[in-house]
Amino acid sequence: MEQICLQYTTNPQRGKNMFVLGMLGWLYGQDLDLAREQVSFTFRTKSKDILNRNLQLLEAGHEWSGQNLDFRFEIASAPREEAQIVVNGNTALALGIMASGMEICAMYPITPATSASHYLSEMFENVGGMVHQAEDEIAACAFAIGASYAGKCAVTITSGPGMALKQELIGLAAMAEIPLVIVNVQRGGPSTGLPTKVEQGDLLQAMFGTHGDAPKVVMAAATVEDCFYQPIAARKIAEAFNLPVILLTDANLATAQQPFTRPRLRKEWFAAPIDQSAIPEGERPYDWDPTTGLRRRFTPGQPGGMHTLTGLAHDRYSRVAYDPASNEDGLRHRSLKLAAFQKTLTAPAVFGDPDGDLLVVGWGSTKGVIEEAVEQLRSEGRRVGALHLTYLQPMASGIGEILKRFRQVLSVEMNWSDSVETSQTTLDNRRYSNLAWLLRARYLIDVDCWSEVQGQPLKPRTVAQAMRNKLKQGVARV
Amino acid sequence: MFNPIETLIRSVTDIDADPYSLGDFLGVDSRWCQRCGNNAILTAVQKLCAEEQLAPEKTVFVSGIGCSSRLPHYMGTYGFHALHGRALPVAEGIKIRRPDLHVFVTTGDGDCCSIGAGHWLHAIRYNMNITVLLHDNQIYGLTKNQVSPTSPRGLVSNTSPHGASLDPLNPLAATLGMSNISFVAQAVDWVPSVLYDVIEQAFHHRGLSFVCIMQRCPNYLPDHFEEYIKNPDRLVLLTHARGLQVEESIARRFKHREEHDPADLDRARELSMPRDRIPLGILYRNPEVLCYEDVRSGVEHLSVAERMAALEREFDKFTVDAASPQG
Repeated sequence: MEQICLQYTTNPQRGKNMFVLGMLGWLYGQDLDLAREQVSFTFRTKSKDILNRNLQLLEAGHEWSGQNLDFRFEIASAPREEAQIVVNGNTALALGIMASGMEICAMYPITPATSASHYLSEMFENVGGMVHQAEDEIAACAFAIGASYAGKCAVTITSGPGMALKQELIGLAAMAEIPLVIVNVQRGGPSTGLPTKVEQGDLLQAMFGTHGDAPKVVMAAATVEDCFYQPIAARKIAEAFNLPVILLTDANLATAQQPFTRPRLRKEWFAAPIDQSAIPEGERPYDWDPTTGLRRRFTPGQPGGMHTLTGLAHDRYSRVAYDPASNEDGLRHRSLKLAAFQKTLTAPAVFGDPDGDLLVVGWGSTKGVIEEAVEQLRSEGRRVGALHLTYLQPMASGIGEILKRFRQVLSVEMNWSDSVETSQTTLDNRRYSNLAWLLRARYLIDVDCWSEVQGQPLKPRTVAQAMRNKLKQGVARV
Repeated sequence: MFNPIETLIRSVTDIDADPYSLGDFLGVDSRWCQRCGNNAILTAVQKLCAEEQLAPEKTVFVSGIGCSSRLPHYMGTYGFHALHGRALPVAEGIKIRRPDLHVFVTTGDGDCCSIGAGHWLHAIRYNMNITVLLHDNQIYGLTKNQVSPTSPRGLVSNTSPHGASLDPLNPLAATLGMSNISFVAQAVDWVPSVLYDVIEQAFHHRGLSFVCIMQRCPNYLPDHFEEYIKNPDRLVLLTHARGLQVEESIARRFKHREEHDPADLDRARELSMPRDRIPLGILYRNPEVLCYEDVRSGVEHLSVAERMAALEREFDKFTVDAASPQG
């Protein structure tokens, strides 16, 4: 290939990408017109000579493949009726944050979350917001909390290690009931781990990372499109229920490009100016509704609403209160909010068979892979389905019933779980995958798990094989 | 949120409104020990709020954790009693969102100079318009008598039973060593008039004003500051036409006075270094330093329609349809 490239360029290191693009065009039976047009557009600011050489390389790759390769794939392109947006997950996340009406994003550089902040830093001020690069992860979270307290909900973007550092402040947001959105673009852990590689290892951290009982909503994006829409939902939930909302994406979604239908922006996403009306006399900052736990948030600037917010146990006046009754009163009402929010959720649809021998449960970026594996097994005559969860905390009603419709349930995740049968591991000491723990605890169902933590996306054929093993021998990993 | 017309109307109507009295700035009763120096600081800021007629709903006291950080509860304003060491970044978030609010931070030597030390240096660099009061009692009081970063070497405490092994951190010198500093002053709780004057000037300074206050802890270090209280020889009062101007009745209590121009950073640094006498007054002031909120005010100046249009233009960049692949 280098030899051929040398005909057009002095440095084949810089030309072979165009050659390979031409090869791919031939392999997938695509005509080159679209590629020519896009290459011309990309190099529009370069000289005619550079453009021509790139086009020649493109065609050379195409021609070489026709002469030398004895295989090609026919994948019919699916024309879409509506305009599509093509971005990676981190760009979609940044677009979603801008569309959510949130105006302040505080962050500290961390891989693989930074590219979202890069794009936000470039664009946010055009849309009436700003990115604050704080001195550390803790300060970024504190800054976002301060901004949220004084106005609209703010967001902080991070990855696993930064998430660990923010935990005490997430507890403060839960305790003082300040809306806050925390995005965790997950990477391999623990410690510095695999900074650029994918893992789904932070679900339990998101759920239980804070000391004490700190109710928060945990949701996960499965697609690039989710990365756009979930920040909008997250802000709405955070402000409606006055609590932290953790949004989990991962290193795969961060860089994966997937098209999705161009969103139609809605005015209400941006709305909600800060309430500065006077607080009626007698209204207290923590007048919790006895059935929903909700209360009106007092924002600085509101006459008559003066009080001191505190991370200490407090009574309904927000006064520090150490008495046993006040402490439980607060705990109960903060917990109640999750129950109230849960009532608004509906269980996701089951992919594949609605009941049968095996249900695979997943969350996050593995959705496509799992569904492909399920399709494969169904084509082999198996009765299997997949359930993919967006809301991990709280979980929608009806999930337990879905699990019970299948003979066996298997979670498929990209985080560590022990194999069942080793010299040391038994069912007594087995450590399960993140979601498997949660499902077992909540639904009292013997949910098995299969996981791979190689820092790589899962492959449909390995998931399919795990499913076959599970169906045949009752154990997914053999 | 912030509606300029509404604010204007309010400011006009405020002229006729009843002025706020000291009572408007009282919160719940203080739980500090009797004779605690924090009480003097509380009195000073309550008086400041009343004198300056700050609307209680437009004023926020932010604190971390420690004895000092209980102060917001004792105010009649908005308050945010945050986490240990984190008062400054919380206050910065409030200020960036709401430059219309008066933001104060009350913090202690442990809160600011130990667990929150990183935030302290960066807060100075951001130079947001916030008044920071460092209550420096040189001991951990709330957690009951542990050595603090500002405790003198040899101090016996529960965690230094054989005496503190290190020389103390000097908050004044450390602050004056930073870049972007704009206001640095020192006061002591037992000279209330100077304490008030310093806080008042700090409040009027536009930028981050850092006031180090030597504060007595009668419970754990009852005699710690006695030598300074009993022997005015140990203090030097800094006065200047552009700095503190003290009435003669007060000034004559100080044996040592120095005309110190707050623009003179070199002299301020000299004064801050450990020596026989500690300086009281304004060490440094530079009103020219840029405020972070002035250069980063991207928030809420666009209408919803403008914001939606800007975002649509972003979508255009990434939109693919058959007609034009590059969008």
